[in-house]
Amino acid sequence: MSATDAPARAKGPARAAATTPASRMTALARAEMTLLGRNKGTVFAALFIPFVMPFSVRAGAEEMDLGKAGLTVGTLVLPAAVGFSLLFAVYSALVGVFVVRREELVLKRLRTGELRDVEILGGSALPAVLSGLVQSLLLAAGCMALLDLSAPSAPHLAVLGLLLGLVMCAALAAVTASFTRTGESAQVTPLPFTFVSMFGSGLFIPLDLLPDRLASVCELLPLTPVITLVRGGWTGALSAGEALGAVATAVAWTAVAVFAVRRRFRWEPRH
Amino acid sequence: MQTNGHEHVIEVTDLRRVYGGGFEAVRGIDFSVRRGEVFALLGTNGAGKTSTVELLEGLAAPAGGRVRVLGHDPYTERAAVRPRTGVMLQEGGFPSELTVAETARMWAGCVSGARPPAEVLALVGLEAKAGTRVKQLSGGQRRRLDLALALLGDPEVLFLDEPSTGLDAEGRRDTWELVSGLRDAGTTVLLTTHYLEEAENLADRLAIMHEGRIAATGTPAEVTAAQPSRISFELPDGYFVGDLPPLAELGVSDHEADGRTVKLRTRELQRAATGLLVWAAEARVELRRLDVRSASLEEAFLSIAKEVSARAGGPTTEKEYAA
Repeated sequence: MSATDAPARAKGPARAAATTPASRMTALARAEMTLLGRNKGTVFAALFIPFVMPFSVRAGAEEMDLGKAGLTVGTLVLPAAVGFSLLFAVYSALVGVFVVRREELVLKRLRTGELRDVEILGGSALPAVLSGLVQSLLLAAGCMALLDLSAPSAPHLAVLGLLLGLVMCAALAAVTASFTRTGESAQVTPLPFTFVSMFGSGLFIPLDLLPDRLASVCELLPLTPVITLVRGGWTGALSAGEALGAVATAVAWTAVAVFAVRRRFRWEPRH
Repeated sequence: MQTNGHEHVIEVTDLRRVYGGGFEAVRGIDFSVRRGEVFALLGTNGAGKTSTVELLEGLAAPAGGRVRVLGHDPYTERAAVRPRTGVMLQEGGFPSELTVAETARMWAGCVSGARPPAEVLALVGLEAKAGTRVKQLSGGQRRRLDLALALLGDPEVLFLDEPSTGLDAEGRRDTWELVSGLRDAGTTVLLTTHYLEEAENLADRLAIMHEGRIAATGTPAEVTAAQPSRISFELPDGYFVGDLPPLAELGVSDHEADGRTVKLRTRELQRAATGLLVWAAEARVELRRLDVRSASLEEAFLSIAKEVSARAGGPTTEKEYAA
């Protein structure tokens, strides 16, 4: 007899079935959703800011020569709104979630169970990712209703851009959490990426209106391809090559982030 | 794997753990735990108990040596081991803003063959706290919640890291009863503790850890039997150690004097005590603060701690006198 043979263990009728990755992540995400609802600060930052920031983008748009970039107020504000949602409702919120759960030793506790590492991070991220998704859809509907925006001419690009953005922001949040020690510093460490993205990824100023050399650097920022794809989805002005380049950039950043998380993510507080 | 007809569910060979800063917390330990046994790792804070248990739980990879739990490597073969183990960490691990019931439901969703959450909460006496947020629980209630969740999946092997720390005397008794009941039902339990009484009460076998090594191992009776019994008393006024009867003839193996207090160690407690008391009666003196005690686990524990630090050149508090 080998030590691997389990003895027959009586399991009563009330016992749950064996878990699957999906059932485990659902259980975790459900708890995380409850926690999200109980954290007033996160709810405010995640749900309020992305609905307010687009107004400032719109105010700035009136001083820009949008026609030169082939844009309208709608095609400027909508991608920016999606960008704010990704930055605040997904990225910044998740840095806080990952860091606080680590400090509470929740991540360590979860790792003693059947959940795999990717399920722990994925399940914890799910509510924020879903809130970013729903928010983006609401913002798109709002922009179309209020800003005289027509239906997207290449919706598949917009959808692809949004989905890539959601996954990438969740992965980047885990990277940022890797070098964030406390819940308090999690208020600060997301700011650099947030600001760089706001000004460099075309949220306030379309890259087409920037000097060429600066624009070509900004094209390589993580959030730029997401904004490019969402905007291109509406304008239909993106060539197949440009779209492919944007997808490749977003996938590359996500891959780098996933690699960094596998190598560097901290599951326990430092002693 | 069979040894003397018993299946070893935990096997540890030359296990080592080194932390990032180079600190070697576990320095080559060996032990094995048979199915259905309660095995205690005993030691002071910093002895390496938790570092060891975390390797058994598969939370970290060892720096050297080998761990097998139910025949698998708990770190590289997580999926094979985890559905069959239950873990109670030394502290925490629950979101403070969830209620007890929400926490149990979440964990139940992550455990194959989970029992109904309400059932395990009742088992640890937390059913009345189901609606309470975790942050409002007392330390003892959190320990009990942790224990409840470790039991959710009816594990074959249960790891309990200081299960009764923070509990009051009654809570500790309840936990002991629960662990005894699990053992009777065939669960293998590995627990760490710095309460000697806990190890003595619960453990079938134990290992005393000190500075990352196992200093003694065996059943509580075996570990205790390796230790001498002790007699201590105050020398009567006007008497010196040299006035006592020849100690070697009384079966005393060694002695110490600290001021007027004399401490004798012996493996023949009755003979040594009789000799001493007969001498006192004949000399018509009173041995004040007389204390006669047979070897205990505590004795073993303290003497191991002392021996090891003495070998390491550490300070000893007692002054030695030549006989």
